[in-house]
Amino acid sequence: MTAGGSRALGAAGPAPGQPQPQKGLTMTATTAASYEDPHRTGSRRRRPGAVGLLFVAPFLVFFLVLFLAPLAYAAYLSLFQNRLIGGTTFVGLENYMTAVQDPLLIQGVLRVAKFFLLQVPLMLLLALLFALALDSGLLRLARVVRLGIFVPYAVPSVVASLMWGYLYGRDYGPFAQLSEAFDLPVPNFLSEGWMLGSLANIVTWEFVGYNMIIMYAALRAIPQDLYEAAAVDGAGPWRIAWSIKLPALRPALLLTLVFSVIGSFQLFNEPNLLQRIAPDVIDSAYTANLYAYSLAFTSQQINYAAAVSFLLGLVIVIVSYAVLFTANRRRTS
Amino acid sequence: MPKSLPIHSPVSRRALLTTAGAVSLSAALTACGDSGGTGGTTAATAPVSQADIDKAMSTPTELTFWTWVPDIEQEIALFTRKYPAIKVKVVNAGQGVAHYTKLRTALQAGTGAPDVAQIEFQAIPTFTITDSLLDLRPYGASALKDKFVDWTWAQVSGAGGEVWAIPQDTGPLGMLYRQDIFDKYGIGVPKTWDEFAAAARKLHAAAPDIYLTNFAANEAAAWHGLLWQANAKPYALSGKSDISIKVNDETSKKLAAYWGGLAREGVIGVEPDFTDAWFAALNRGKYATWLTAAWGPLFLSGAAKSTAGKWRAAPLPQWDPSAPTSGNWGGSTSAVTRTTKNPIAAALFAQFLNSDPESVKLFTTKQFFFPATKALLADASFVGDAPAFYGGQQVNQVFADISGTVSPGFQWPPFLDRAVTDWTETVGKSLAAKTDTVVALDQWQTRLTTFAKSQGFTVQQ
Repeated sequence: MTAGGSRALGAAGPAPGQPQPQKGLTMTATTAASYEDPHRTGSRRRRPGAVGLLFVAPFLVFFLVLFLAPLAYAAYLSLFQNRLIGGTTFVGLENYMTAVQDPLLIQGVLRVAKFFLLQVPLMLLLALLFALALDSGLLRLARVVRLGIFVPYAVPSVVASLMWGYLYGRDYGPFAQLSEAFDLPVPNFLSEGWMLGSLANIVTWEFVGYNMIIMYAALRAIPQDLYEAAAVDGAGPWRIAWSIKLPALRPALLLTLVFSVIGSFQLFNEPNLLQRIAPDVIDSAYTANLYAYSLAFTSQQINYAAAVSFLLGLVIVIVSYAVLFTANRRRTS
Repeated sequence: MPKSLPIHSPVSRRALLTTAGAVSLSAALTACGDSGGTGGTTAATAPVSQADIDKAMSTPTELTFWTWVPDIEQEIALFTRKYPAIKVKVVNAGQGVAHYTKLRTALQAGTGAPDVAQIEFQAIPTFTITDSLLDLRPYGASALKDKFVDWTWAQVSGAGGEVWAIPQDTGPLGMLYRQDIFDKYGIGVPKTWDEFAAAARKLHAAAPDIYLTNFAANEAAAWHGLLWQANAKPYALSGKSDISIKVNDETSKKLAAYWGGLAREGVIGVEPDFTDAWFAALNRGKYATWLTAAWGPLFLSGAAKSTAGKWRAAPLPQWDPSAPTSGNWGGSTSAVTRTTKNPIAAALFAQFLNSDPESVKLFTTKQFFFPATKALLADASFVGDAPAFYGGQQVNQVFADISGTVSPGFQWPPFLDRAVTDWTETVGKSLAAKTDTVVALDQWQTRLTTFAKSQGFTVQQ
């Protein structure tokens, strides 16, 4: 019964390929099935649909009003063109046609893709190491360390960017002063060549703790008996990490990876703030999101900005799907 | 002082609009089919009768006023003392770009826009191109013309003679310099740009850590001010949709070769202004001059306290010393929106606030604005002020004299924000990167003409 229930619900549940933690899903399904069974024999069999709708109504209302409606409106806007002279006209997909050929947009997307490749592996690797170290139980002051790594996430990214902007400063930043003290060339963190790395550093600093917590939580959820069984089989700490912890972390890793795809491609706050101190390096189309913002608020091309935003969303969907697809295929093969 | 912040400093499009101004209604209407046309299309310039004015000013009314000027309630109190029936609700919707973005949104939505709004000179054309401002002539604004310095009135006037706003404060450009550094390295106050360039080379050769000035590569407003001084006419709108864009003409090229040359020689700084590093540089004496507007002296005395007593003020160096001129950077106005339901009260408020002698004077003593009225610029208590930060020099007098030399012919584009962004990414970038600034001018020109055409303008180059 249990097995049957979980299979049935599993099929109705998340579409295949979604990064749900497998273990958790099974457990929920099992519980749900065992609760539901008694009712199946009763007379209320047809109700759940209607009642369920009632239960999800509050969510659906907000989802429609605050999420789908703005999205639909933006889609609608993206089909028009508003010019200072000549007013608003319907142009169909022309904005999209322009956008896919827009060198500034393409350059912005490529830049965030590069950023993603540069920053995300490093960040996730660090988060993974910290999570494993904390979970190993060998660290002293584990709570303090955990909090210390997590705290940057609690710092608003605006504040973080301002702070790092100061640290990077060529005249008065501590790195510059250190270099001068030792008679070394002053590193120019805000130059064209270094900027992407400097941004990656800020974002890594901000989000390592966040990703670490997700992984750490996943590690804590591994049942103790697995470790006991492994110990009985003679596995050492490294073997346990490799054969038990890492496979168990897979769903969490996928989750953080997808979050990182979205975060990277939507990179905005950090370049937007560093633009102030490095206007010659960060232009208004430095990242795709920044470009959409400048189009809407500087050039007042709201309609074109809407089209660019949709295309950016499309890129994110494609990359996220590609990430999931590769990961899942590797697992099944 | 608000204009000192670079974020919004970008020049406004006001002038362009102004020209554009004559603004054929039809074009404007098509431009925004949904522009909340409550303000009525009584575009007629027939004056409103005194009886109507009296009636409106004694009817209890609440005006909404969007402004970022701190403590403006003090000036408003003078107005409500005279017209007790009118209440003015002040809303701070941000400053500069943030303010304009919200204002534009509210105007387009047709509801929620204020009756009166703070608008910088350079932003006026950007709002008249969308037909968002009310011509104040029917409400007696023309009578105020003679009270204001000519160029300020020219900035708020449309091509058809409309009065789009009332000037509030201004920022004619001058030069603040470090007397002590000049003395130490034997540099005289440069009267011409040639002398200025020679001084830059001499100073930097003698003291490699010191630069004669910093040309902020993010400060399009300063560039426009210097274009203005050089008598360039980068933008001109004729009719409603014909625009001429000449940001790379001979005058501009002269300017670009000059500043780009100094930047490439490495004898001036090109770091962004109003940043922590820039403030620190001013305090440390890295720059011996600051080419700035009339609001600059007070700003500097707060921002570089450690250098008190060492600064002096002088006019800008000149291209032609026999005919001294200057440009403007910053300053703002009060404009009435076309969507207002209380045009009479709003117009009278905008006029009173900026022309009533008591109110205008208060702006100079409370907000430390640099005035736009002739009377104040000749007022001994204003120009006679001798701050210790400038060694007792009568700095206001220096800038009052400069204000008289600003030419009235400069116009702004009707898409100022775009012009500013494009400047930063072409000309500004070339200054910072020390590449060919004259080439960058051509890129700026191309970008602007492409944008203007995409917006439906007919572009002359």
